[in-house]
This record gives sequence, C-alpha cells and structure tokens, in this order.
Amino acid sequence: MELSFTHHQAAHCENGVVSNLMKHNGFEVSEPMVFGIGGGLIFLYIPFLMVNHAPSFTYRIMPGHIFKNFAKRVGIKIKREKFKNPKQAQVRLDENLQNNNPVGLQVGVFNLIYFPDEFRFHFNAHNLVVYGKEGGNYLISDPVMESVTSLTEKELEKVRFAKGVFAPKGHIYYPTGFPEELKLETAIVKGIKQVCNQMLGVLPVLGVRGIRYTANLIRKWPEKKGIKKANHYLGQIVRMQEEIGTGGGGFRYIYAAFLQESSKVLNNEKLAELSKEMTVIGDMWRDFALDASRIYKNRSSKDDVYNDVADQLLIIADKEEKIFKKLKKAIA
Amino acid sequence: MKKSEVPQDKSNFKDLYYAVDDEGNYVTATSSGWDPKKIALDNAMRDIGERTEKARIRVVEGKTSPIEYFMEMHKMDPNILSSYVGIWKWRVKRHFKPSIFRKLSLITLKKYADVFDVSIDQLKSITK
Repeated sequence: MELSFTHHQAAHCENGVVSNLMKHNGFEVSEPMVFGIGGGLIFLYIPFLMVNHAPSFTYRIMPGHIFKNFAKRVGIKIKREKFKNPKQAQVRLDENLQNNNPVGLQVGVFNLIYFPDEFRFHFNAHNLVVYGKEGGNYLISDPVMESVTSLTEKELEKVRFAKGVFAPKGHIYYPTGFPEELKLETAIVKGIKQVCNQMLGVLPVLGVRGIRYTANLIRKWPEKKGIKKANHYLGQIVRMQEEIGTGGGGFRYIYAAFLQESSKVLNNEKLAELSKEMTVIGDMWRDFALDASRIYKNRSSKDDVYNDVADQLLIIADKEEKIFKKLKKAIA
Repeated sequence: MKKSEVPQDKSNFKDLYYAVDDEGNYVTATSSGWDPKKIALDNAMRDIGERTEKARIRVVEGKTSPIEYFMEMHKMDPNILSSYVGIWKWRVKRHFKPSIFRKLSLITLKKYADVFDVSIDQLKSITK
C-alpha cells in the first residue's frame, strides 16, 4: 500500500523529515523554519568522538533534538519509540503504515545502499520517512535525495539496527497531535535564544570559543601530528561542514534563510539585516573550506598555510560573536 | 552565496543549497557538486584504501589476523566492530593476533563473518 505523501527534497535530513511530515499533516512549515525553531545551529569540537580516525567537529546539535525542540516550541505532540527486538520494530512500523501514518526513522548511513560509497560512513544519525509498503518493499522518502526510493525488509532492518555511536535502535517517530494553529512567533524567539546561548557559551570547545580553539589546534597539527594527519583532520572539518545536508557553509545559509523568513513573521526588520550578515559569514566558511582543500590537495608542508586558514577561522569567530550578540538584542 | 554562484562541479550526488536570488530572497538550488568537498571525500576514501592495503600486507606477513583487514575494509575501528559483533573491544583486539585467531571457535568466527557479509572460509582464506 502506498500512502499519499509528497516528497520534497531538503538540504538536511532531520529538518527535511520534520518539514515533510508537517506538510503531510497540512501545516506549511519550511525546512529553515524547523531548523531555526529547533535551535539547530552550533559549533562544537568533540575530541573524544573519533569518526573515521579523526576527531569530530559538528555544526548542528545532537541528532533528534531539532525535532524535539521544534515540537515542544510549536506545541505539537510527538511519539518516539526505540526497540531491542528488530521484529517488534518492524511490526510497529507496519502498524503505522496500515493506519495511514507515514513515519520518521533514524537510520545508519553505512548500509544505505542508495548512497554513493564515499558518503557511506558509520554515521548513525540520518533520518528518512517511510510512506508505504509494496510487495514486501518499503517506500522511502529520503529528504536529501532528489526523488523517492525503496528498500527491502532486510535492508531497512540493517540500517535501523546499525551499531556504534548514536545507534538508532529502530528509532521511530511521528507527530500525534496538533494545535489548531501553530504559534510561530514565540517559538522563533525561543529558538533564536537557544542558538545565541550555544554560540556564546562558556565552554572552550563550544560556539565562537570552540571556533577559536579549533583555529589553535590547526596551527599545532602539522608539528604535533605530522602533515598527513594534519591534512586528514583538516579534511574532516571540511567534510563535516559541507556534508550532504548542511545546505552549504556549515548550516549558516539555512540559518540565514530562517532569519529572513522570521523577519517577516515577527515584522522585525533587524532580522532581515542580520540574515544578510549571516550570508556573508556563510561565504567566509566556504572560503575557508576552499583554502583548506588547497592545502590537502597540494600536500603543501609550509607551516604558514595552516596559520592562514587558522587566521580565517579567527575572523569568522569574531564575526559570529558580533552577530549573535546583535541577534540576542534584536529579539529581546 | 548567490544562486548563480551555487557550484556545479562534478560529483556522484546532487544536493540542495540555500542561496540568495537577484532580489535578495533565499531560495533553494541544486548543486551537482563542489570540488573542495569532493577532494575531502576522495582523500578520506583513499585513506581507507591505504589502511586496508596496509592491513592486508600485515596479514600476509603474519603480523595480524584477517579480522583487522576486513575491519578496515568496512571503514570500521575496533569500537564499531565490537558493537557489531557484540564482543568486548579488548577481546576483538586480541583476535587480531594470528595465534589467537587460529584458535577461534566456529561460533565466534561466524559472528565476524556475518558482520563482514562473507563466509567463514573467505574470512580465513586471505592468509593463503
């Protein structure tokens, strides 16, 4: 059976799933709106979380939290469940499809066969929608894909029960209750406040302080870790920043789109101006990625190239510190 | 980024960008790829290839067991492998020793073979 579900391609998986499920239930909520209200933007260096033999740098909050925050702030009720037993997880999924209810699933990317090999790492916080079952195959709407696809029962079970960090454990989620009207105004303000706190936080590895910390790391890498590792780590920063799903520039462009949309909802001209500034910052992240890629492409061993990109990060950090301070004032 | 500047380099994946149109409004645009990103991905893949090849040579030299080779090939590290086979990490690492590997029970070998999607014979045959 196939449920009437419209697939819209999104930049980011979690926002995309939420936005698509909301649209399915008759609420026009854009992807940037979900991201902004969910307080998705961050910068965080996680030294102990080694992904593909390099430490992680993330530009978005913990998987699942964007949806959780969004639901809480606009007043929708959600149901989420995890399973120990794969069979039970499948039964629950089938029940929902029987009841005409498309659901969101958290899955691991490594065994997701429709992705090209170079994207298939052991990353377990990908999201997709299942909107039907036909001849034993599940119909899949993966928000980062251009069009819909399908997976066999076995293939889907494999990705739902991927192992490792953030293991999905068959995680299934869907909205169950909606308010008569979404109250976006207060939700937007709460979402912005959260992001300002994240970016201006006191932890040394978080927000603008985290960006400066990372800049210092980059300066030390060539000597401390050797050129090969330094380049591998630098590549990691770029990959996490420009990964499928970021919308480019480490989510800064999506956030700028959110600020622009919010300025209309809140009738706040300042947010439109800050949106433009945020776009410039997004461009600076892109320039940083471009220059970093030149380093690991040429395998240049001069120390000053690392200092150059580190300096770029410091300028970005200063700019972001200013913009989030202004943003905090703009919604106060 | 302006919509006209959304990169259209070659890659295996089309992804969506948020960019500004001529009137300054945010819109979405599809990108066929961006070289800096592609280089980063290619480097990561080459790195895995090198690690796998190094592990293969070490297996042939009798310095490690095929488990390490298959682990690298599947882009895993001992942590991830441990959670997939359901065996503690220190034991997984111990199974890298050829002398220990030779003594593994069929049940344990089956666990590894299932995770790597190969037969027990294939799991062992790389040493030949």
